[in-house]
Amino acid sequence: MAEKPKVAFYWCGSCGGCEEAVVDLAEDLLTVAEAVDIVLWPVAMDFKKQDVEALPDGAITASFINGTVRLSEHEEWVKLLRRKSQLVFAFGSCAHLGGIPGLANLSNREEIFRWYYKEGPTVHNPDGHEPTPEFRQNGYAFELPEFWNTARALDQVIEVDYYIPGCPPPAHIVKDAVMALLQGQLPPKGSVLAGSRALCHECPLNETKPEKLLLKDLKRPHEVIPKPDECLLAQGLLCLGPVTRGGCGALCINAHMPCTGCFGPLDHIRDFGAKGLGALASIVDFQDEDDIERALEKIPDPVGTFFKYSLPASLVQRRNMGGKTS
Amino acid sequence: MSAYEPKIVGIFCNWCAYTAADLAGISRMKYAPNVRIIRVMCSGRFDPQMVFWAFKHGADGVLIAGCHPGDCHYQEGNYKALRRYKLLQKLLDQLGIERERVRLEWISASEGEKVKQVIDEMTETLRRLGPLKIQEAPGEEAAAAPAAGGGHHG
Ligand code: SF4
Ligand code: SF4
Ligand code: FES
Repeated sequence: MAEKPKVAFYWCGSCGGCEEAVVDLAEDLLTVAEAVDIVLWPVAMDFKKQDVEALPDGAITASFINGTVRLSEHEEWVKLLRRKSQLVFAFGSCAHLGGIPGLANLSNREEIFRWYYKEGPTVHNPDGHEPTPEFRQNGYAFELPEFWNTARALDQVIEVDYYIPGCPPPAHIVKDAVMALLQGQLPPKGSVLAGSRALCHECPLNETKPEKLLLKDLKRPHEVIPKPDECLLAQGLLCLGPVTRGGCGALCINAHMPCTGCFGPLDHIRDFGAKGLGALASIVDFQDEDDIERALEKIPDPVGTFFKYSLPASLVQRRNMGGKTS
Repeated sequence: MSAYEPKIVGIFCNWCAYTAADLAGISRMKYAPNVRIIRVMCSGRFDPQMVFWAFKHGADGVLIAGCHPGDCHYQEGNYKALRRYKLLQKLLDQLGIERERVRLEWISASEGEKVKQVIDEMTETLRRLGPLKIQEAPGEEAAAAPAAGGGHHG
């Protein structure tokens, strides 16, 4: 029998949800595990960096990498995996677009450390210790990874062949991607392995979405119990379905929550957040400046609303901190 | 700072603002040469993606200009632009980008003088604000932290 394809899983700055997504394959996981030879999976198996380094370049058929790239350690690992792998899959929103941890790009290392090691209300740190890359005590030297100022999407650090979107990717999306890999039926490189049309097209409420939508009254999810049978956007909830790539099966809508855009942009959109902001602002049904401003008060956090998963991959990438990001 | 000349990208609607810029040119008005004007059919075509694209590629400011309220050739376009602009301003605050770097103006076809005044003003404002540097250069962090990539965890 021919040798099984070698597969690696790796996590960068992530919450662990993407690991769950792999486990969510349930029985299918066993089929996958049968068909491949897993050479790295930190959450579940005990392989070391030396094991990966010992492999010849290109020996791994595919690496599935989740999480945002935020530490020097992440950067080293993904560069190593890139060298050892024929294909690299960015797995989940963080690797795809920077993800929720990418919202840390509203800040920088100095601010983050100040809060978490000094000023935060639950911090007890009388000596003011902070993580440093090198640390000596009792004659021993310790090393910690460097914490970057800017969190990055995977393709801002290494070349990525495919993207598996979602926060986390739903099981059917993961399964389809793995099957396409095993059966040699992958689409052209650079593809996002999900739908090619907007989420609205697969939304069960789409029929109730008016052709031309204008709203006087925007609502925030905690303010209303949405009607189950009417387009959420038409009810005033900021649903990003019109600009988000389909493929999830309208998971959030089916749970009566508006789409927050975890599948990221459609192919023709360069900047998901900017596009979403433009699309949703234009439905505010006022002409007078003050009225518009009042209606927009219901969007107190535009970055968190429109760039929830994509700030690092956006055209601006991060908050402008007057050069204090290096 | 004296050598610094701000770059402005102008997004001008065909029917009013662009015509006014033409008029300013034909009338040989002198105004700051800092703006590169892109003609769009209507200010309603302005998309915040364009603003960030311009910033990413070196613009220091973006000037959007359309017909006065009520005068848009497509009825509603300039109101759409206004709504986007208003929300974009809130976003700029969060992103640490000064609000003055994006400006929206209504300029009718006959207001050549206003084209001059707005461009001169905006150029002056941007001179005061200085260049916009939204992203670090690639590799900047690695250079700042030479320990990176050294494989010291192997
Ligand atoms: S806007 Fe949201 S709720 Fe409405 S049809 Fe699209 S995805 Fe469904
Ligand atoms: S509805 Fe939107 S946010 Fe929810 S899983 Fe689908 S793409 Fe992600
Ligand atoms: S045509 Fe000028 S703003 Fe619409």
